[in-house]
Amino acid sequence: MIPLDQVLVFSGILFALGVYGVLTRRNAIAILMSVELMLTAVNTNFIAFGVFHRPSLAVGLVFAVFVITVAAAEVGLALAIILRIYRQRTTANVDEVDILKW
Amino acid sequence: MLSGFGPVSAFWLLAVLAVGSALMVVVARNLLHAVLWLILHFVAVAGLFLLMTAEFLAMAQVLVYVGAVGVLVLFAVMLTPSPWSENTEGRLGGVAVLLGGCLAAVLIFVAARTPWAQVTAGGFASTAQAIGRALIGRWALPFEIASVLLVVAMIGSIVLARGED
Repeated sequence: MIPLDQVLVFSGILFALGVYGVLTRRNAIAILMSVELMLTAVNTNFIAFGVFHRPSLAVGLVFAVFVITVAAAEVGLALAIILRIYRQRTTANVDEVDILKW
Repeated sequence: MLSGFGPVSAFWLLAVLAVGSALMVVVARNLLHAVLWLILHFVAVAGLFLLMTAEFLAMAQVLVYVGAVGVLVLFAVMLTPSPWSENTEGRLGGVAVLLGGCLAAVLIFVAARTPWAQVTAGGFASTAQAIGRALIGRWALPFEIASVLLVVAMIGSIVLARGED
């Protein structure tokens, strides 16, 4: 039997790694990958709670399905935006993309 | 949830693999290597979902993340050259280590110290059936909204990536 708290510790470590990646990386694609790590950690939490608490309702699993859906949409849009920015500025470095800054 | 020596050791193996590959995603200089580590991470997490008796989500994880997201990110890395030089770390390194460490400490503390009301004989016989019933029953409206969101994201990314002409 895998205890619930071990799964939660695992996803906590994953989420912290994602936060670290988002803060340190400068390439927009690398930041996007770190966001994916955080989403995976959240998904693991949803599934763990869905399995361990009231499995008859399957609420955690349905939420995980929605998280996967939104993450797929987010990746598609974000990569299109990154490609567009790269075409205009020839860089994917988020420090140099400051068009919206006054 | 499966029990016994095999699943528990498999859980530890997959957890170490997932955390290790996630660490490599965050610290790898070469962006291409980071994408490959990310794909390995997704596969390990899919194995963990399978261990938690969520086999439908494990399949969805492999299909959507490994298949679609991994290939898409790989495409983006290939289409934006110089992935080696632009992946340097920013000025926030020390702050990020501090913040990430504090966040991990808080999350681990909460996860370990809270007395979770845990079902001992949990687990599903078949998650696909349970998810299917939930999606066409109680969660039908969010399900339809999610499909609209996917269409909007698809059209939006086509318009964005296509260019002016």
